[in-house]
Amino acid sequence: MRVALQAAAFDAGAELTRFTTRAKGVGAIVSFTGIVRDEVGTLQALEIEHYPGMTEAAVTAIADQAVLRWNLAEVLVIHRHGRLSPGEAIMMVATAATHRADAFQAAEFLMDYLKSRAPFWKKEITATGSSWVAAKTSDEAALDRW
Amino acid sequence: MIDVLYFAWLRERIGLPREQITTQAATVADLVAELRRREERYAAAFADTSALRVALDQTLADFDAPLAGVREVAFFPPMTGG
Repeated sequence: MRVALQAAAFDAGAELTRFTTRAKGVGAIVSFTGIVRDEVGTLQALEIEHYPGMTEAAVTAIADQAVLRWNLAEVLVIHRHGRLSPGEAIMMVATAATHRADAFQAAEFLMDYLKSRAPFWKKEITATGSSWVAAKTSDEAALDRW
Repeated sequence: MIDVLYFAWLRERIGLPREQITTQAATVADLVAELRRREERYAAAFADTSALRVALDQTLADFDAPLAGVREVAFFPPMTGG
């Protein structure tokens, strides 16, 4: 398992290559990379605040759960904090399992839980000001399926 | 003495990231009531606790959870990771 919480940018391709090497012998690897998107066309940056200490514990607990539930051979979670520009990668998950259904489901589970159970808060910075991103009720509802 | 931490807009509204508080509050809800009575900025920040989450010693908890033995209480809005 690799869990990394960092301000620095990461290379998703290189991460996936290393992950594939660690997960030798599996039949399926799924990866997801989240990118800062500029929905309104005026986004200058995204600032991600987190709760040092709790973030590591919460993300590790979520990854542990995924490993147990889908019998993953390997799991990777990278999540950035600090100031990010549109187009930059915010986060990445990768899962390795014997069969693809487990790898896909585990990746979706990780994404759903990271969104609303890991202590990160996003703030959008535009030319005219800044505002905290509000959690959506659909994010909370997404947890129900697990 | 417990450490109380605030994050995101709650931190901005209260104007500080953390503080040490001496309290006899038995539960999180009692502590919130005590904070609300302090100053207007606390009353405004804690006006609607349904819009807030709480963690006790870095684990998510409910507002009716007891504070006995707790060293760190954190208040924050719903998380927006991913």
